[in-house]
Amino acid sequence: MDFKLRDRNIAKKALDAIRSIGQDIMVMHVCGTHQDTLVRYGIEPMLKDVGVSIRQGPGCPVCVTTGREIEAAIELARNGKVIASFGDMVKVPGREETLASVRSSGGDVRIVYSPEDVVKMARDETDKEFVFLGIGFETTAPTTSALLLDDSIPENVSIMSYHRTVPPALEFIANAGEIKLDGLIEPGHVSMVIGEEPYRFLSDDFNIPQVIAGFEPLDLIMGCLEIAKQKAEGRGELINIYERVVKPEGNVAALNAMKETFVPIDIQWRGFPVIPGSGLGISREFQDKDSTRRFEDELEEVWNLDIPEPAGCRCGEVLRGLIEPMDCPLFGKGCAPNTPIGPCMVSREGSCNILHRWGRDPV
Amino acid sequence: MVGDPDMCLAIPGQVVELIDDKKAMVDYGGTRREANTIYVKPKLGDWVVVHAGFALQIMDEEDAKETLKLWDEALEAFDLHQRE
Repeated sequence: MDFKLRDRNIAKKALDAIRSIGQDIMVMHVCGTHQDTLVRYGIEPMLKDVGVSIRQGPGCPVCVTTGREIEAAIELARNGKVIASFGDMVKVPGREETLASVRSSGGDVRIVYSPEDVVKMARDETDKEFVFLGIGFETTAPTTSALLLDDSIPENVSIMSYHRTVPPALEFIANAGEIKLDGLIEPGHVSMVIGEEPYRFLSDDFNIPQVIAGFEPLDLIMGCLEIAKQKAEGRGELINIYERVVKPEGNVAALNAMKETFVPIDIQWRGFPVIPGSGLGISREFQDKDSTRRFEDELEEVWNLDIPEPAGCRCGEVLRGLIEPMDCPLFGKGCAPNTPIGPCMVSREGSCNILHRWGRDPV
Repeated sequence: MVGDPDMCLAIPGQVVELIDDKKAMVDYGGTRREANTIYVKPKLGDWVVVHAGFALQIMDEEDAKETLKLWDEALEAFDLHQRE
């Protein structure tokens, strides 16, 4: 299906319109795929040229997972569990090692595409204990819920939920006031699950213009135009321009599954302190499948560790939207996608990785 | 794309086979993969957005076409308004 949402004429008209509004604005989005579109197609400099600065913020699940959480997975891998994870996670350092380095010294760490892959593996290898790392925002959380709700999953599977939710983090950023936040572009695929309502308080209470947008170049340019218009008129409203995928109510079945399986918990994000209610802990009813309970004794020490950020790495400030990747002295100088120092360069959804991959040669 | 599970997949796939009430075969421009359909109920030929093996929303093709038309009209209107 060709959406033709790359029409250059419309893009040019929209950019001209933003320029004519004449606002100098700072927009935050929270999605690796939005950042990918912005950098890959060279839209970021076009927007800057018409007065719009745009930053990714904490929209990278692997990046915001803390060193302590990674160390917990490493500890379980060292103790002989099979750790099953989405790809980038295995390359982020904990205290000293990464899951990948534990694997090269004999640990069993496997990359999976879906939580369902873990079930198949566990059925075939009943002598092993499998731990699935549930990572991601509301887009992947329902897939972990499905695993929790499935009565037929084998006994030798448990789940470590590192899932986080986007609206509490945005509330934290709005309250912190560290950056001039003129508008938010809300993540299209998180929104396809949660719908429109969970963002509304940010417009009602903070008067922030918000646009739920898709991932084509025009989605983002039109989103910035909407924010510039609202800003010029002093309005802060939530607009959904990704109606082709995002329904106002979201995906009700997925939301119900999440409600049934998770409870909101206070959790730290890399670069941030503890953000109230921003984590998805596994609810008591499913605690027999919760790795943190199943291996409580083994993990007790890890949860108290203080794990410093890699020396010189400014990923935390990138995630808070305070700096751009180029502002970090390590960017491209020792820190690159093949030799990453911090998680913003490890993850393909991280600002540093995306800029390094596309920034010098946009499509 | 299919080999790149961490990214929020921005490209939808098309349902080419309904396997049972919980599974469908989805085609992503030539690459086919099973998707779990417990959270949406696509029909044959629907475009779906799939994350970590789960279809999470059906894409409205008509709405997608309409979007571009509406934006073009909105920008024309904006342009005229600016010139007045």
